[in-house]
Amino acid sequence: MDIFVANEVTKRYAAQTALNKVSINVPENSIYGLLGPNGAGKTTLIRIINQIIAPDEGELFIYGEKLQPKHTALIGYLPEERGLYKKMAVGEQALYLAQLKGVPKPVALKKLKYLFEKFEIQDWWNKNVEELSKGMQQKVQFIVTIIHEPKLLIFDEPFSGFDPINATLIRDEILELRRNGATVIFSTHNMASVEELCDDIALINKSKKILEGKVTDIKKTYRSNSYELSYNGYSENIFSLLPGGFTLLKESTVEHMRTAKIKLPANEGPNALLQLVLPHVEVHAFKEILPSMNDIFIEKVNENRESITANHS
Amino acid sequence: MNKISLIIKREYLSRVKKKSFIIMTLLGPLLMAGVFIVPVIIGMKSHTEHNIVVLDETGIFQGKFKNNVDDNGLTFKAFTGTQNAGKDSVKSGKFSALLYIAKPAEKETPHPIIYSEKQPDINIKNYISKVMNNEIEKAKLTEQGISKDQLDAIKADVPITTMKINQSGQEEKSSTELAMGLGYFASIIIYMFILLYGVQVMRGVSEEKTSRIVEVIISSVKPFELMMGKILGIALVCLTQILLWIVLTTSIIGVFKTLVPDKFNITKTEQISTSNHGANSGTNIEKVSTPSSDKQMGNDILTSLSNVNVVQELSMFILYFLGGYLLYAALFAAIGAAVDSETDTQQFMMPITVPLIISIVAAQAVMQNPDGPLAVWLSIIPLTSPIVMMVRLPFNVPTEQIVLSLSLLVLGFLGTTWLASKIYRTGILMYGKKVNYKEMWKWIKYKG
Repeated sequence: MDIFVANEVTKRYAAQTALNKVSINVPENSIYGLLGPNGAGKTTLIRIINQIIAPDEGELFIYGEKLQPKHTALIGYLPEERGLYKKMAVGEQALYLAQLKGVPKPVALKKLKYLFEKFEIQDWWNKNVEELSKGMQQKVQFIVTIIHEPKLLIFDEPFSGFDPINATLIRDEILELRRNGATVIFSTHNMASVEELCDDIALINKSKKILEGKVTDIKKTYRSNSYELSYNGYSENIFSLLPGGFTLLKESTVEHMRTAKIKLPANEGPNALLQLVLPHVEVHAFKEILPSMNDIFIEKVNENRESITANHS
Repeated sequence: MNKISLIIKREYLSRVKKKSFIIMTLLGPLLMAGVFIVPVIIGMKSHTEHNIVVLDETGIFQGKFKNNVDDNGLTFKAFTGTQNAGKDSVKSGKFSALLYIAKPAEKETPHPIIYSEKQPDINIKNYISKVMNNEIEKAKLTEQGISKDQLDAIKADVPITTMKINQSGQEEKSSTELAMGLGYFASIIIYMFILLYGVQVMRGVSEEKTSRIVEVIISSVKPFELMMGKILGIALVCLTQILLWIVLTTSIIGVFKTLVPDKFNITKTEQISTSNHGANSGTNIEKVSTPSSDKQMGNDILTSLSNVNVVQELSMFILYFLGGYLLYAALFAAIGAAVDSETDTQQFMMPITVPLIISIVAAQAVMQNPDGPLAVWLSIIPLTSPIVMMVRLPFNVPTEQIVLSLSLLVLGFLGTTWLASKIYRTGILMYGKKVNYKEMWKWIKYKG
């Protein structure tokens, strides 16, 4: 079941269209990546989900219900542009933000104590925010995002500003939240973390959604029937063993081990390639080259740009 | 708990706990009470005893210097001996001063000299010159064949009593000066607080924007709730301060009054009489120091004061203050939301402060002519009415004008709040963009 659905959402500002009939379906208990270049409309979509701004057209549903102000309690949001009151004590501030999310004071207090200990910032409870390091402020921010145990979490560039240790801490925390039943929408430019964390993605470019689906499915769709072969025991060029239609993409040698990247013709499978080379070389490793999300991202965005230019000319 | 009340609570508590608020709240009443108390303290200072010897070669002023007039602490004694002997006894500390009046040439005014170790204080000089002027005038009048009594009978000093006739036909003693003073004071307070606390609203909004906390908060509450919570929270801070000022000022004066009751009354009435008779005080010494007329004056003011309808004035003050504050605070909030840093606020502050300044300047003209067309119009237009109406109120403004002015004020603040919320909503999420009026107009037109 989809926990969240956006249906043909459009948002226009005076001169430009920020979102053009964007629809997304976020499966429950998944980590959903929202990708796209700067200015594509990701933040606008996230703000619409958080009911910070209203769409001009389109409908949004959470648990099948039309999105309403009461649903803010179900959503936890960590914006990209984030901060805290500088002159306010950390604990007091966390308590205030938790209460704004509708958590009763005694409950909030108990949970905050627990989370502050978990993130090892309990000593900072009475300190003013301006005395905290940036990383610590981010921890406080993360805590107030999850304090009301939201069903749907929205993180906009969550790892910016964290050192590797804290980034790992946050990543583990996100995974734990998912294990405990939460759904995460995750907007980022960091493709490595997308591959690592996301189950599903949507790619938004120039205010339109140009790709959506499971990460594994997308990768399968975009595979190019290329394989990587590591071998030794053959001094000639391996390309001479292959018939027409096979393309050698790249070949390299590290000590005595040679590695070749080969693209197969559409009608041939990996076994055909192995049969061709096995009599001549000693194979050490053989695997399919799946495109990285990074490659897909760049390819799709460029493709989209070309089609737009083509339409214009 | 309701979200907006949480916001109000935070805005209120975080401000009243600030040192600057506590200092201002304590300092204000001290300053205001000081206005009443300092003259009394100055009056008490003149208590230092001075014994002065008088060496009068003219013989005119013999026995004319009275001891301890009006508690001024001066005692006079005739001195027999030479000028130098007198100076020596001052030096030796036997007397605090020697007043030497040399015999002047024919038809000339005597030219007295005061010898003392320390610079004689202004009280001594004033009293001596008063007495001597009086005696010389008397002597000259006698020369011309007019007695002092005749002169006093000629002098005119018309006392005017103003009576207000109210609708039930009763007459009340009123004091124009007092009414004017109170009205003007109230309008200055409103002006000051709108400006001070309006800027606080602007800073608060701008702080939330620049610290980037705003997006976290408006994912829980509506931008409008955040804006109104801030405006209302700061309104409460403002009312707290006004209330504390009133309570503290009256209690400081009250405590002081019970500590030194006599001095307070005398000095106060003296102040009033001297200022009222200031124009001809030189020849009116007797009158000024006659206690009965002073008491009369003081009582008059007190009766007038009790006739000012405190409850009505205070509730009007609060209504106009709140209306004016809400109207302007919304505009200040819009500025805070539109700009990226406080340094950019200047150009947008101008159009907001201009009507405020116009009203406080116009207030003085309105005081002279409270029913003129300028006064009537400015007290009806919502941007100026909170300040100008305060000045007009003591002069019995027709009820229909008050009703019109108040309803326009309510409409006015609903209007500015609506306008401000549109700018606010878009502005707080807009970073790194140079904003101008054209841009803001676009924001107002966005829907949703």
